[in-house]
Amino acid sequence: MSIQVKFFASLRETLGQSETTVEDAVTVAEVWDMATQSATPPNNLLVAVNLDYATLQSPVKEGDEVAFFPPVTGG
Amino acid sequence: MATHILDEDFQPYQWLSEFAQQMPAGRDGASASFIGTMRDYNEDATVRSMTLEHYPAMTLRYLEKLATQAKTDWPLNDCLIVHRVGKIFPGEAIVLIGCWSAHRRAALDACNWLIEELKYKAPFWKKESSGQGERWVVSNTDGL
Repeated sequence: MSIQVKFFASLRETLGQSETTVEDAVTVAEVWDMATQSATPPNNLLVAVNLDYATLQSPVKEGDEVAFFPPVTGG
Repeated sequence: MATHILDEDFQPYQWLSEFAQQMPAGRDGASASFIGTMRDYNEDATVRSMTLEHYPAMTLRYLEKLATQAKTDWPLNDCLIVHRVGKIFPGEAIVLIGCWSAHRRAALDACNWLIEELKYKAPFWKKESSGQGERWVVSNTDGL
């Protein structure tokens, strides 16, 4: 079991990937570092764990889905 | 209560009318709605079309969460949220929110809260296409 990672919108284009998987991360920040080769996270980065908003400090476990995206612009 | 994400053009007034027809006559003293449509300009450019990307699983869940929260916080009898994704052209509807209640204040306030929450929290992203190419919309206007 690993952690699923997704990127959306401008962040997906900047990083050049829409999804990946990582192993053995215990926080969202570690997931980010593993998935992006420690790219500097943008100041306005938003994060969701299992479809709920979270922070870089939030814990993660095997089987989780972690998503990174820029500020939302719907409506 | 209903939430829908649509990948093709929809007629918001028809949706409101059809949704309201299913309700018991005489129950609601007030209904409030918000319809957001695409402009053909933004900031300094003429916009030809727009593509709305979203995070499908989270979007649907988030819209349901908003509708449930609105029904908890206000005495609403019913509520409808419809949001477009995919390629959108000027004049087409992007979002529809409808709220029905016994009195005006709950309907108006819940409708206002829903569109503001949706704009700042629901995971949708707009990419505009103009004569100068494509660009992501960086942020929503602040309560305008």
